[in-house]
Amino acid sequence: MTLVEKSAAELLASLREGQLSAVEVATAFLDRIESLDGSVHAFIRVDRQSALQQAERIDERRRRGEPLGALAGLPVALKDLLCTRGEPTTCGSRMLENFRPPYDATVVRRLREADAVLIGKTNLDEFAMGGSTETSYFGPTHNPWRHGYTPGGSSGGAAACVAASMAPLSIGTDTGGSIRQPAAFCGVTGLKPTYGRVSRFGLVAFASSLDQIGPLARSAEDAALLLETIAGGDPADSTAVDRPVPPYSRLVHQPLEGLRLGVVREHLADGLHDEIAEAVHRAIDVYRSLGATVQEVSLPHSRYAVATYYVVAPSEASSNLARYDGVHYGYRTDEQALIRELEAQRKRLEAEGRHEQAEALDSPLVKMYRRTRAEGFGAEVKRRIMIGTYALSAGYYDAYYLKALKVRRLIHNDYRAAFEQVDLLIGPVTPMAAFALGEKLRDPLAMYLVDMYTAGANLAGVPGISIPCGFTADGLPIGLQLQAPPFEEQRLLRGAHMFQQATDWHLRRPVDAS
Amino acid sequence: MSLTRQDVEKVALLARLDLSESEAEAMTSQLGQILEYIDRLSELSTDDVEPMAHAIELLNVFRDDQVRPSLDRTEALANAPHHDDECYLVPAVLGD
Repeated sequence: MTLVEKSAAELLASLREGQLSAVEVATAFLDRIESLDGSVHAFIRVDRQSALQQAERIDERRRRGEPLGALAGLPVALKDLLCTRGEPTTCGSRMLENFRPPYDATVVRRLREADAVLIGKTNLDEFAMGGSTETSYFGPTHNPWRHGYTPGGSSGGAAACVAASMAPLSIGTDTGGSIRQPAAFCGVTGLKPTYGRVSRFGLVAFASSLDQIGPLARSAEDAALLLETIAGGDPADSTAVDRPVPPYSRLVHQPLEGLRLGVVREHLADGLHDEIAEAVHRAIDVYRSLGATVQEVSLPHSRYAVATYYVVAPSEASSNLARYDGVHYGYRTDEQALIRELEAQRKRLEAEGRHEQAEALDSPLVKMYRRTRAEGFGAEVKRRIMIGTYALSAGYYDAYYLKALKVRRLIHNDYRAAFEQVDLLIGPVTPMAAFALGEKLRDPLAMYLVDMYTAGANLAGVPGISIPCGFTADGLPIGLQLQAPPFEEQRLLRGAHMFQQATDWHLRRPVDAS
Repeated sequence: MSLTRQDVEKVALLARLDLSESEAEAMTSQLGQILEYIDRLSELSTDDVEPMAHAIELLNVFRDDQVRPSLDRTEALANAPHHDDECYLVPAVLGD
């Protein structure tokens, strides 16, 4: 086994015992990125020199016998939606192409304090809006299992870099499935924590009542290690709940005794591809053989999850993205040209005696906002801002936004009732495996429907994990989703680890795309 | 509820977006399709349901009201496309 194929836990042990130096580890992954990422495009930015300097400092401190953090010397990739002080943070958007945040996100700070080596920023759909990385201003990421196919999204780069062994661990974010869906498409393990488990300070906001940061890794064991480092309350984020962080990396090894699994009836119904359904049923049999009892449960409002999500998320996004106005930071249109143009237009209208139209022209400031946003945002971001603005506008607020918040309550109640009967919910992550780049780009609704099994967890606030459970006949990975009650990440991780001890799907790696 | 081209233009102004002819055209049909899908929510009777804005219902979180250093002005202005030593600069707002 080569260095880059080792698990995070194995690498950490070798680093601790001095069999490997942080510089050796960083160099191996950086070399791997250099040889593969031209074709995969998982990263927006890799700063080799900075990564090696971080690694050298850790080696130096280890030599001096100084105490080191829990991830000392381990490379971690960051989704480019998390602020890194003084370093570009683009959100996959032209709007923030040259933005350098004045502070680190809390998660980034915790990783630095744990002595992780921050190896690069990964590609994503623009502002995390999309399920394929195709809406990134910097171009799509390719699925390491098949070039020309999507890695999923929005954390597509985060999943692809782990699948292609370009990083042992990576940080993603999940608003409606953006960690779990790419993890499924790329054959890696991805966990969306409970809303409030991880601080979102310094995470560029998309939909604030849904967004959550979480780990992507090769296994539940490695994901536990990363979650343990990033979880916990934060005075800078009042939504980050201040309750103790269990020692996930230790707990993960304890199998769940007497596990009661609930198969979500609505998630194994119409719309699910046969190969996915078969793989999920085989996974359920694995749990049976491990002693779990299995019963069917219902989330009766499942068929409303995507509709609810596509009101709530765009509404919050339209408000959150109002800050991109060309004034405080980010892109701004050429306003001199715009002012000249407006003036000429006004004069022409006046000369033609069309005073009313001349009066109705946008002011230079409003025109500057509008054109800045027109040029700075891509099509999907504009679409979501439009849906959200419409849903929140006078006359439509009750019919759309308020209605969606009420249905959100019903969806939340469904989960609560289900967890009175079972310990974990089990089902597919996505209705199909990875699709070809371009296939759904012209049909936004088809792209949105990929979230049909994942959006519910965000609306209800419960944690979910995606773990590999098989392959299609075409050789594309299939994901299995487990969901748990709020703040039961340890149960999710233990349930996932049990499965990974009994199967080897998570150990399969794609043949190099290089 | 069907969405018209006029609706789209009105919303674009509210959202401070400029849409080209072809964008406004595409947006009208795509948003119409998406809203039609969303209309399935009206199948549900929700009169007695309490709206839920947040997944975890949080209480207010307070901290002591103490004076602390905040972001320094130079740093706060550093990312602004147009600024002078102390302010963000925008096109003239008041008429001539």
